[in-house]
Amino acid sequence: MNTLFRGLDFSPLLISLRAATLATVVTFFSGIAAASFVSAYRGKFKGLIDGILTLPLILPPTVVGFLLLLVFGKYGPLGKLLLAIGTTVIFSWPATVIAASVVAFPLMYRTVRSAFEQIDPSIVYAARTLGVSEWKIFWKVTIPLAWPGVAAGTVLAFARALGDFGATLMIGGNIPGETLTIPAAIFFAAEGGDMEKALLWVILIFIISLMVMTLMNYWSDYQRKTIAASAGNSHGIMR
Amino acid sequence: MELCVDIRKKLSGFELNLNFETSEDVLGLLGASGSGKSMTLRCIAGIETPDYGQIVLNGRILFDSQKGINLPCRRRRIGYVFQNYALFPHLTVEENIGFGIGELRRKDQKAIIKEMVTMIKLEGLEKRYPSQLSGGQQQRVALARALATKPEALLLDEPFSALDDYLRNHMVRQLTETLGKFPGAAVFVSHNMEEVYRVCRNLVILSRGIIEGKGGTKEVFKAPPSLAAAQLTGCKNISPAIYISPFELKALDWGITLKTNIKLSQDIKYVGIRAHLIGAVSDETKDNVLRCWLNFANEAPSRITLYLFIEKENPGQRGHQIEWEITPQMWRFMKIQPQPWKLWIDPEDLIIV
Repeated sequence: MNTLFRGLDFSPLLISLRAATLATVVTFFSGIAAASFVSAYRGKFKGLIDGILTLPLILPPTVVGFLLLLVFGKYGPLGKLLLAIGTTVIFSWPATVIAASVVAFPLMYRTVRSAFEQIDPSIVYAARTLGVSEWKIFWKVTIPLAWPGVAAGTVLAFARALGDFGATLMIGGNIPGETLTIPAAIFFAAEGGDMEKALLWVILIFIISLMVMTLMNYWSDYQRKTIAASAGNSHGIMR
Repeated sequence: MELCVDIRKKLSGFELNLNFETSEDVLGLLGASGSGKSMTLRCIAGIETPDYGQIVLNGRILFDSQKGINLPCRRRRIGYVFQNYALFPHLTVEENIGFGIGELRRKDQKAIIKEMVTMIKLEGLEKRYPSQLSGGQQQRVALARALATKPEALLLDEPFSALDDYLRNHMVRQLTETLGKFPGAAVFVSHNMEEVYRVCRNLVILSRGIIEGKGGTKEVFKAPPSLAAAQLTGCKNISPAIYISPFELKALDWGITLKTNIKLSQDIKYVGIRAHLIGAVSDETKDNVLRCWLNFANEAPSRITLYLFIEKENPGQRGHQIEWEITPQMWRFMKIQPQPWKLWIDPEDLIIV
């Protein structure tokens, strides 16, 4: 074991964690924004918009990666823009963040949206009749009431971002120390016959994923208990 | 202080089309479920938008389809007590009450919250969450939350429907007291005629989106202007009727000619008598007497509902059924009387539409 660790380059761990963390931040805000937009939208394109926003979840990751290449590549609309200011994201570490964000986004968006739609609309109406601005209603009523959904969406997004392989490989490549994430490291180690190294990474990602999910479970249990405790026995107390 | 509503809105199945105004006295909106009562309140509050019409509160136009005015909810200054109270479950009693007055100075906020908590008699429960309160307490918090913003009008959507009977009477009295002190227009929606009768000075009866009667509550209950109004004010016995003479009509279902106190018009359609206003007599020669046979008795602790067959022309032949509501004492007395019983309808109590 010792000799194994001594020879191991830990950069994939750092690259993966950096990509997953930044992607979680990005999807946290974009997912909430998209969810609040779609749940408030009453037009006939709702189904289409929802479909587009959910697409990265359904498409094969390589397809997502390919589409990202089209957008961010040398001739893509955003790629050209970046080139004009003298930079490119393809095959550099920001590519890992972009790929992870895009594949993780639908999980955040869908979980938060269903949490928003479970809020009793009359609670929001009540807030409106009290003369309060939509902004305050959003932060003081909608978000707190949807919080369990927001938290669950965040964890799911993080886990998905951490585990992405296909899309990241397509636009980031597998440059060690730059864009080589744990899932990619596992693939290339196994392909190169270094099963011990692959196993090590597998164990590591196993531990991280399990840790995050377990922490999440205990935390939401704890939250539920505090709410239940503060709520008391609603039937037992009479006037 | 005045609220004028004149709106039309297409709903599934029927069109809401009504026109009423109200000032400080509590106005009751009585109707069966699905008659458009709640929708009316939602339109006034700005939660829903009418298709046509105008809503004016104290001279302020809240909605006017012709002028293209439609003030958003938050600028209408209308308090709303929802059927399920819609309290913020994650906020305490005082945070709920203070939610709409966040722009005031801390000190003023505290003063208003204190005043409201005292008004609804919830001192000591300020730090509780809604789920820790009983239904009656939740209703009071919802009322206090609405009144804390000092609205110009107050809308109450079935505020008692979520309460059990035991609490209801108590709460009706409390609410009547609070509404009595409220300086603006108040509209109270209910499908329960007793609540409306107790709480509201004036009344609008709504059926399938249309006003079937309006006026002083007592007057409308005494003389409902339409069949639907008679039914919604709780008249259980209604028969088609035809005009015979200025003070006489024939109740077709009951097979009896009834004398009336008021001068009849030629085009009367129905006659009704409330189940609790029927009396028993021994003297058959009086006017307005029905001969009845007991079919079925439905006993509640405080009153008994009897379903009776009216005897047709030939003795013993059974015709239509009527309902008679009596007290337990009266029931003990009637049980031992030989049938057919002779029931008398006071011309004073006849409902003619």
